[in-house]
Amino acid sequence: MSTAVTNTAPTGERQVQHHPKDTLLRDDRLPHIWCPTCGIGTAVSCFVEALRESGIPEEKCVVVSGIGCTGRVAGYLNLDSFHTTHGRAIPFATGVALANPDLHVVVFSGDGDLVAIGGNHLINAARRNMNLTVICVNNFIYGMTGGQCASTTPETARTSTSPRGNTEYPFNVPYLMEACGASYIARWTVLHIRRLKKAMTEALNKNGFAFVEVIAPCSTLYSRRNKLGTGYDLMKFYHDNAEIRHGANTKDVGIGFQTKIIVGKFVDITKPTFLEKYQGKTTGGGK
Amino acid sequence: MKLWRTPLDADKVRVPHGVVSIIIERCKGCSFCVEYCPRDVLIISKKFNKKGYHYPEVISAGLCVDCNLCEDICPEFAIYSDPEEQHSTAQTKENA
Ligand code: SF4
Ligand code: SF4
Ligand code: SF4
Repeated sequence: MSTAVTNTAPTGERQVQHHPKDTLLRDDRLPHIWCPTCGIGTAVSCFVEALRESGIPEEKCVVVSGIGCTGRVAGYLNLDSFHTTHGRAIPFATGVALANPDLHVVVFSGDGDLVAIGGNHLINAARRNMNLTVICVNNFIYGMTGGQCASTTPETARTSTSPRGNTEYPFNVPYLMEACGASYIARWTVLHIRRLKKAMTEALNKNGFAFVEVIAPCSTLYSRRNKLGTGYDLMKFYHDNAEIRHGANTKDVGIGFQTKIIVGKFVDITKPTFLEKYQGKTTGGGK
Repeated sequence: MKLWRTPLDADKVRVPHGVVSIIIERCKGCSFCVEYCPRDVLIISKKFNKKGYHYPEVISAGLCVDCNLCEDICPEFAIYSDPEEQHSTAQTKENA
């Protein structure tokens, strides 16, 4: 097959080699490693669009990821980005944000990396209202390491380390984040592309700790082990079972195994960030 | 679309038309674009790419409204649409 651009008139599509989003992607790395029907790619697609809409110049945006399937995001974005060790994306990002407060620092990682391995960093960054945008792709399982049970795996779901069904109580991540003091909390599935994009734009422009939970299919491990079909079937599941409830009490938004998923913008408050307080700008200059 | 009355500005309102572009070798055949296109412009092709995935194909080019949904939902950055005018003006420029 020739590699030239061919305009195939009869069917109506153009066959091309480049995508308009390629300017923000390391297109020499594409196709990426994510499995067919995995939802992470869609989350990245929404992020690229959100970054454009936010008006933040590319050179002012830094993306930090940890380890895992979602941890690969930093490597696919054509921005200043860093791929840290497992769970340590937030401490690294905190350093970047404090050393250079003009930057918009984004942490883009998975549930296993952020909520379990790096859980302590997550809660403390939220408590301090550190000026970070955290995008957490929650697919309910450790993907890259082999489908182990995570702290976000719903009860009764099967994983490679819970072959008879998970018996642990999972984290309700938005509730955890609100309790810790995050300024902005939203949750969407990758099916809600427009709303997810808007939430990411708002989170990017939020002064303070902004957290966006993205519910996404892991086709190879989570859906296969639980016999839920592929990511395509999970998208249909989201379509039928996601309920939009803006301002919902985060206490009520926990996720069970194949139960209703409550999505929306849950928290959006304004309060001084860590740096503002530290510099005494909002505390009357008291040392 | 059925209208109760013809809008006064009906002659000025234009439904946008889009032209779909596909990067065949990036597609992993998830069918998200085919399933969620609001105008059923796409189908999964019988042909497959080098990696063996069936990629989408346009069956009703005239129906595309350039909503960009396929572009945003595609996890592979393999499909997008842009306004028809962009292509026609490019062509006119070439012809000129
Ligand atoms: S293992 Fe799961 S999360 Fe990782 S790329 Fe595959 S589908 Fe996505
Ligand atoms: S731009 Fe919209 S209407 Fe056109 S093919 Fe894509 S999803 Fe369908
Ligand atoms: S959404 Fe993308 S990867 Fe999926 S079938 Fe369409 S073009 Fe291929």
